[in-house]
Amino acid sequence: MLQVKNLRLGFISAGKLLLAVDGISFAVAAGETFALLGESGCGKSATAQGIMRLLPANGVISAGSSVQFAGEELLSLSEAEMRTVRGKRMAMIFQEPATSLNPVLTVGRQIGEVLERHLGLKGAAASERMVELLRQVGIADPERRLNEYPFQLSGGMKQRVMIAIALAGEPDLLIADEPTTALDVTVQAQILDLLAKIQVNRGMAILLITHDLGVVARMAQRIGVMYAGELVEVASREAFFTRPKHPYSQALFAALPDISRRGQALTTIPGQVPSLAAMPAACRFAGRCKQVMAICREVAPDWRSAGDGHQLRCHWSGEASVEKFMPRLALSEQGGEPPAFLAVDALQVHFPIRRGLLQRTVGHVRAVDGVSLAISAGRTLALVGESGCGKTTVGKALLQLIKPTAGSVKLAGKELVGIKARRLRAARRHMQMIFQDPFASLNPRLRVGEIIAEGMSALGLERDNAAQRATVAALLLQVGLPAEAAGRYPHEFSGGQRQRIAVARALAVQPELLICDEPTSALDVSVQAQILNLLKKLQEELGVAYLFITHNFAVVEYLAHDVAVMYLGRIVERGRAEEILRTPRHPYTQALLSAVPAPTLDAHPAAIRLAGETPSPANPPSGCHFHPRCPQASELCRQQSPKTSSVSPTHTVNCHLLG
Amino acid sequence: MMGFEIVILWSDVLIWLLVLAGIGVGVLIAKNPPLLAAWRRVGANRVGMASATILLAFIVIGLLDSMHYRLQLEGKPGQKASYAIEVLSVLDAIAMPLRTRNEKTYSAPFATRLYAKETMDVPGQGTIRDYPRLKHGGKHLGENEGDAAADAGFAAFKAMVLALLGWLGIYGVIAAVNRKKGRKIFFGERTFAWDAVLVTLLLILLIAVPLFTLSSQYHVFGTDKVGQDVLYQILKSVRTGLIIGLVTTLVMLPMAVLLGIIAGYFRGWVDDLIQYIYTVLNSIPGVLLIAAAVLMMQVVIDTHPQWFSTAAERADLRLLALCFILGITSWTGLCRLLRGETLKLRELEYIQAAQAFGVSNGRIIVRHILPNLMHIVIIALVMDFSGLVLAEAVLSYVGIGVDPSMTSFGTMINNARMELGREPVVWWSLAAAFSAMFILVLAANLFADAVRDAFDPRVA
Repeated sequence: MLQVKNLRLGFISAGKLLLAVDGISFAVAAGETFALLGESGCGKSATAQGIMRLLPANGVISAGSSVQFAGEELLSLSEAEMRTVRGKRMAMIFQEPATSLNPVLTVGRQIGEVLERHLGLKGAAASERMVELLRQVGIADPERRLNEYPFQLSGGMKQRVMIAIALAGEPDLLIADEPTTALDVTVQAQILDLLAKIQVNRGMAILLITHDLGVVARMAQRIGVMYAGELVEVASREAFFTRPKHPYSQALFAALPDISRRGQALTTIPGQVPSLAAMPAACRFAGRCKQVMAICREVAPDWRSAGDGHQLRCHWSGEASVEKFMPRLALSEQGGEPPAFLAVDALQVHFPIRRGLLQRTVGHVRAVDGVSLAISAGRTLALVGESGCGKTTVGKALLQLIKPTAGSVKLAGKELVGIKARRLRAARRHMQMIFQDPFASLNPRLRVGEIIAEGMSALGLERDNAAQRATVAALLLQVGLPAEAAGRYPHEFSGGQRQRIAVARALAVQPELLICDEPTSALDVSVQAQILNLLKKLQEELGVAYLFITHNFAVVEYLAHDVAVMYLGRIVERGRAEEILRTPRHPYTQALLSAVPAPTLDAHPAAIRLAGETPSPANPPSGCHFHPRCPQASELCRQQSPKTSSVSPTHTVNCHLLG
Repeated sequence: MMGFEIVILWSDVLIWLLVLAGIGVGVLIAKNPPLLAAWRRVGANRVGMASATILLAFIVIGLLDSMHYRLQLEGKPGQKASYAIEVLSVLDAIAMPLRTRNEKTYSAPFATRLYAKETMDVPGQGTIRDYPRLKHGGKHLGENEGDAAADAGFAAFKAMVLALLGWLGIYGVIAAVNRKKGRKIFFGERTFAWDAVLVTLLLILLIAVPLFTLSSQYHVFGTDKVGQDVLYQILKSVRTGLIIGLVTTLVMLPMAVLLGIIAGYFRGWVDDLIQYIYTVLNSIPGVLLIAAAVLMMQVVIDTHPQWFSTAAERADLRLLALCFILGITSWTGLCRLLRGETLKLRELEYIQAAQAFGVSNGRIIVRHILPNLMHIVIIALVMDFSGLVLAEAVLSYVGIGVDPSMTSFGTMINNARMELGREPVVWWSLAAAFSAMFILVLAANLFADAVRDAFDPRVA
């Protein structure tokens, strides 16, 4: 169906051509899903844009490249001819559903555009087809949705509409560029199911671009691993997941946090993907490879077969390394419950909704609606939930960055809610936060040294300049950065390094509790492993407690001692990590866990698919917040909010089923 | 050597303070790598540097015109020295011939005779009506008035050769310096667009040097109604334009930045109040507001003649007052922009990180918000400049601009109203004012574009 041969494309920057994709070849057969896997900056998206010929203005496809689609050479087509191919014979869905729909056009107009352009359908025939398409992608009440605008739809629905638009031209090939990365796990599961179903029904080929091994395991038949603009390994799903051959693929697997690696340090890939301007001459992975040999730095490896369609580009022909056991980090699993360092009781954060001329309060967004937590010194509590459930608000309310509406936050026995600003400042040094996006959390105009020293000066810890500099240098070493980094600016660092700086900044005031708000979700797998290792090491050394806010269950499994599952402003289940992960009792936790795609070949246990998406916290359902999506909801759930019931001394569930 | 007394006008103080501030900001930028990198990008932009060269030429004229003095009058020795009531500037001294060689009334560029017929008594021929000879324009030609074109052409050519030689000298110096650093000026890897600067400089020299050599013998842009040289008026207008453009932004800037940041950062009732103020200000027609303020101020000035020892001081104060009024009415746009940007910035995680450390609000504003707004401020400054120069022209045209005794592009255009209405038409005054203003504003706009491109965060 699609045959890409020796595709080379690059971007012109400052008069130089920087090759983003350097001679990759692969084929996608009809009805097959081919996954391009790799970290960010490896040229996956550029490949897709090259195939669609949608490169930005400074993008150039080099001569000698060939993209054949159903026997036709796409690169020699005129732009007008190409337009009949795009959307009609091959279609694309993008990563961010929020920005890929035009906000000022109705859903119907946007689907109709494709129908009119490619199929010549108009009027009643078009509307009929649109309704059919929307029904196909699983949107309830499609007639009404046609006249709605994108802002009226949730994220998952927008992605469904995008898929409907892509399907409207009845394409033979669908290019899906990270189609579920911006979505929650339960919605991701829905969308992946939908794609798989459509593929079976229509016999369509899918080129799936992703960085998520779990998604690959769930969807792909064949896999191509990309690294630094080159394809390094092509294998079938079975071969890839049983025996990845290329050291990079192996490293990707080893870097995944997982329950089986609890207590071990994760294997990391040192360094980062080389920049386009400074590509190594021979094997591009040589600088980060564990198996590197002298020849790797001199000769670029050629393709060789490892049998049965399994091909790779690597000089090293050793067997897949048996997982070497990393130095085991002691996991502090004390028997007795130490006294809680942070105790949160019935915390509420409500944001008023103001309307009208006089800005009168007409309602409240109940972002956090009665959350109780406890964290003991030196332990990690993971706060898990989908986006919009209020986890980040909890974190900020604990730090008093957002004023809680009601409830109590006690830090080492002292109440924080409603105290004077001066006393609050004294409390701030015991508790700090690490933010999600390392690119937004460091002021680009300050030097790293100034950023790290800010907390010390603000809290009056280290007034002497020389002492401050020495502390900053020590902190940088502690998080694995050279001391010279203090004199440089944040933009000179990569995402992982920036997150290390953010960690150093938080540690500068020697807090006993760190609130980590999705600290690795903006990072690649290999870098995520580095940061997780660092956090774990710091806990060992300094005895810091973590409140780990995340939606990534692999990270939870790897890192957390205790888990609290949050849904729509309330905690639905709380307990030890083993208890929650092995024997979840709340239907929501069960669904959440089963929706996580596992990067393994094992037959996936019958997944519990949740219908719909998280409702708005401005207008939460009556009774148990979860009842509209709960497969086991009863009349009681609709009327009464469930009480907390204990399963074990450490495990509590808020559900009527157990009550 | 005649004695003189240095006169410091208020606008001079502000202009030189601005120069000092400019140098200070330059030093700060040099210490701040991200800003320095952005300005390096401006330096590498050919169009930007060409327009900067032109702007610099205008600024030099303006600065020369901002050093004022009064000449000592001849008096008996032993008497207390008294000074002329006329306040002169260094530019006046340089352009002395232009200032003093006034004709009777209109004369066209390069003319040797007046533009209007007069009745003259010629010995031997009785009374005739003819165009009288100019007192100064083309005087050296004597009887050979017909040679004016050839004479002027030859003089211009000589001056151009001189200009080219001078330019080659400058080029040689710059090329030598660059070669030492191993850089080529033309067709090379550019870190600084020397090529554009040099080409613009060559153009400026090729036009300016002949113009000034010729201006000692002819009125190159003609003369106006009272016989004053138009070139001189243009030169004097440059300072007025620059002051209006720069001092006004100086007035507007602190207000816009402070109120914008406060509104965006604190939100709540402070935000409501500031928004209310600028919405109200915006909804009053600008010209009306300015007219009312200017007229009131004029009454105050007229009723207190004892405040001013010279007419120049009075005109100067009026100019400054106009700057203040323009400034007070024009801060709203930038304020709105900064408020919006602050609203965005305050939600960023590094601000929250600072809040988590208990950093005070004032410190957050100074350390975290202000530096991240600087690019918008710089862009707005450069872009507003040209708008204000044009605004002055419009206001003076309506009659509520600068003092009538002060030359500005606006007053020149205002005068041209009558000149275009007469027959035959007097076109040169308007044409000269228009071209000079056009070049100044175009250069400022192109420079603003270059600055905006360089500070665009998507490029950085």
